[in-house]
Amino acid sequence: MSAIAPPATAETAPPTPDYSEYKLVPAKHPWRWVGTVVVAAGVAAIAWSLATNPRWEWGVVAEWFTAQSVVKGLVETLKLTAISGVLGFALGFVLALMRLSASPLLVSVSWTFSWIFRSTPLLVQLLLWYNLGYLYEKISLGIPFTDVRFFEAQTTTLISQFAAAVLGLTLNQAAYSAEIIRGGILSVDQGQLEAASALGIPAWKRSTRIVLPQAMRAILPNAFNEIIGLVKGTSIVYVLAYSELFYTVQVIYNRTQQVLPLLLVATLWYVVITSVLSVFQYYIERHFSKGALRTLPLTPLQRARKFFTTHVAVSPTKDNR
Amino acid sequence: MSIIAARKEGTAGKEGTARKEGTTTAAQAVAEGPAHDSNGAVSAGAESAGAASAGAASAATRGQVHISNVRKSFGATEVLKGVSLSVPPGGVTVIVGPSGSGKSTLLRTINHLEKVDGGYITIDGELVGYQVRGHKLHELREKDILKQRTHIGMVFQNFNLFPHLTALENVIEAPIVAQKRSKAEARKRGLELLDRVGLKDRANAYPRQLSGGQQQRVAIARALALDPKILLFDEPTSALDPELVNEVLDVIRELAKSGTTLIVVTHEMGFARDVADTVVFMDDGLIVESGTPQEIFANPREERTRSFFSKVIEPAFNI
Repeated sequence: MSAIAPPATAETAPPTPDYSEYKLVPAKHPWRWVGTVVVAAGVAAIAWSLATNPRWEWGVVAEWFTAQSVVKGLVETLKLTAISGVLGFALGFVLALMRLSASPLLVSVSWTFSWIFRSTPLLVQLLLWYNLGYLYEKISLGIPFTDVRFFEAQTTTLISQFAAAVLGLTLNQAAYSAEIIRGGILSVDQGQLEAASALGIPAWKRSTRIVLPQAMRAILPNAFNEIIGLVKGTSIVYVLAYSELFYTVQVIYNRTQQVLPLLLVATLWYVVITSVLSVFQYYIERHFSKGALRTLPLTPLQRARKFFTTHVAVSPTKDNR
Repeated sequence: MSIIAARKEGTAGKEGTARKEGTTTAAQAVAEGPAHDSNGAVSAGAESAGAASAGAASAATRGQVHISNVRKSFGATEVLKGVSLSVPPGGVTVIVGPSGSGKSTLLRTINHLEKVDGGYITIDGELVGYQVRGHKLHELREKDILKQRTHIGMVFQNFNLFPHLTALENVIEAPIVAQKRSKAEARKRGLELLDRVGLKDRANAYPRQLSGGQQQRVAIARALALDPKILLFDEPTSALDPELVNEVLDVIRELAKSGTTLIVVTHEMGFARDVADTVVFMDDGLIVESGTPQEIFANPREERTRSFFSKVIEPAFNI
């Protein structure tokens, strides 16, 4: 049967027509067009309402956006973010190394730290630090179980709003960043450490020169998530009446009753900070992807330059033809 | 000296019951084997190990390895069951044997990447990873172990190049960080070494931009950068595509002529036959027999050796 079939079809099959002169027409996607139109209409409607609804009070937004008090609040927000970000990640690095060490005590202390600070609300932590004076009247530095004191001060004078805010944000941040850094270190192949120690490279240099640069690739996306979260997270210190961006805006709208426009002022500033951080993130990640990718992707600037050199330079030659 | 003798007897006594007859005779053969060509050197090595302070070796004995009754367990599994081996300086010793026979573990004890559970290893008479204090062997501090390792180059099965550094940066990392050489000097030497493995033009490439064979050649250059007395190769071609194996073996062949002591764990029997001065056959945590390639491949004394080679060497590959 199968032996007979091929010659039979060969006889009856018409000769293959020649399609070489035909034009190729891509398939149509009508629903893709419908979807695009619907979404475009929606975006246009939102933009239109934002622009034309007078209740957004864009004039008020513009007026307060660069007001001195708002800028001062912005600087405080940046200051809090920078200090607690840097201190938080530094402490987090130490906690991560402790957690990866061979000493059971260091491991459990690090674990307990993360456990406590991740399981209590930041709001409670901040209020606790600010009210530390209620729990401990004096803070002193000395030799335990003796009367020797090198330093002693009233808790309330030592823990200002700023100190409570930095303390709360730093410790909370350290607990989260410790896990991020630990995850990054664990993602580096064990063979790297082995090769480095076989080459006689000391332990500290193994961490800083071999493991960390490779771990950075895994650490950075999460770390920037945390930093961006922290920028907005600083707004929580309004409970301490600390005059950062969000608290400043609140004070103003309580006076002027222009609630929404002033919230917009704060929001827009948060958007600006996040955008700037995202640009940093792109370039820092690119730096640490050296060697991890066969070829580095072009930066937006390089891409634009390439676009102009190829398209602008090539198009005249096309016209000449 | 007396401590060591006592240890040997003690462990040998324990061993006796566990060992099969065939192995015992083979182990004796091993002990006799190297004694042939370096008769005095073996005992000299043991003596200076006993004295410990007499670590200085003459140029002629540079890179002599003496492994004495080394044991190692991972959990309940005993991977090395009392291995003794003398590797003469400047020679090529190839260790072969089935998977799980302890070849790689033995190699890794030579630079103290694996700590031994018993026995000891000396290089040019100097104990590896330990020092004699009273009648005990105390483990060295990390710093001293690292210093010893700079005399022992190691090449891994999976290359373990640092992916975030270029080929040249990989080669000069240890000379700069571990040996505190100047960057200019290290770079000059690094380029020479890359040239030696035929990769001078790829000095600025990252490992991921290189083929497996090229990566392994960079890894060899990296191991050479510390001017080691001994080079350890842990299955250097096992992770390579068949057509890339030879470019790596050719580099190792070149090194064999240089007078550095090479110890190679491999499954490449053709390479072992061509390049080795001594072939060591291991099985089940013990050295079954050792000898010249001719002796081991053509006239193995032990049945286990014979049955292993009958499985791994293709009939077409006539010896």
